[in-house]
Amino acid sequence: MTILIVILSFGAFFCLYRALQGPSIPDRAIAVDIMTVIFSSITALMALKYKLAYLIDLSIALAIISFVGTLALAKYLEGRSLDD
Amino acid sequence: MTRRLAYFVMGFVVWMLLVYTLHYQEVIAGAGVALLTAAFFGQYLPVKPSRLLNPVRWFWLLVYIPVFSYMCLKCNIDVALRVLSPGLQIRPGIVKIRTSLKTEIARVFLANSITLTPGTMTVELKDDVLYIHWIEVGSSDMATASKAIIGPFEYFLARIFD
Amino acid sequence: MIEVLSWVSLCTGVGFTLLGCIGLVRFPDLYNRMQAATKCVTLGTCGIMLGIFLKTGFCALGVKALVCALFVLITVPVAAHALARGSLIFGVKLWKGTVKDEFTDDRGGESIIDDK
Repeated sequence: MTILIVILSFGAFFCLYRALQGPSIPDRAIAVDIMTVIFSSITALMALKYKLAYLIDLSIALAIISFVGTLALAKYLEGRSLDD
Repeated sequence: MTRRLAYFVMGFVVWMLLVYTLHYQEVIAGAGVALLTAAFFGQYLPVKPSRLLNPVRWFWLLVYIPVFSYMCLKCNIDVALRVLSPGLQIRPGIVKIRTSLKTEIARVFLANSITLTPGTMTVELKDDVLYIHWIEVGSSDMATASKAIIGPFEYFLARIFD
Repeated sequence: MIEVLSWVSLCTGVGFTLLGCIGLVRFPDLYNRMQAATKCVTLGTCGIMLGIFLKTGFCALGVKALVCALFVLITVPVAAHALARGSLIFGVKLWKGTVKDEFTDDRGGESIIDDK
């Protein structure tokens, strides 16, 4: 279980590289979005490892929040307001 | 009104799955929140409520899940091989295809299915035209491309939603 | 039996997530990166959640993991689609090996395929 979490952390590290390096803004945005989804699965694995059922709620909240953030940035790039 | 009722039932079921207990406080809070959301957003429900109770559609949805999982796994292995192969084995492009699905919700599900399967990603969905970013452009002709990309999905989605 | 299945599911999920992240670093332009990242990470997360469900069975942890997998399955493709459309309209360059771009052609703008 610990090994799986370490491997996932390496994946998050690759995303961090792209977020720092990425030539354009959407590059960074998608890297951060993917990183949050990976953190959500790390949290779920930790819930399983330490038998803490409430950590899975955090995992659901992370998945939803990353979605809202990316959507807001996409709307901004299209040059529209947030309400159409 | 039936739209709001359907929305209330769906919201309540999701809440009960999220808390997964039958403690009376959780049930009361869930009913209150579901009632409020249904009152405010019930009119935006994109499906006709009468269709939700049709067992034939649910049966096709159950058939669709394994088919979709198989396609999804196949596509992921394909993309994973492209990621690992030395030198870039890609020939990307954006193509235009046309779908025959009628309802809005069916088109949204089609777009999501396309995004999750073989090297394709929906970029824009406008009426019955979809623009697709394809990682390995097979054919630039519209009819052939449509058949290659959405062939298997359209058959099932038409039976589920239309 | 179920124990073995759950470990297989967990390991497949982690493997695909790692491959998706490598794709995010290796591919040449935004749209290809998005392809690799969203697909592999979505399948990876669903695999991990399914593995957790198989390990715990029908208790609070397992069912919530399934709901989380459902959320990820719906939200990540929508986010990727919105971001791809936004950056095409914004004018982020396509890779120089791109074969064709009918979206920009139909909108009537000038080509955004990278020529370097």
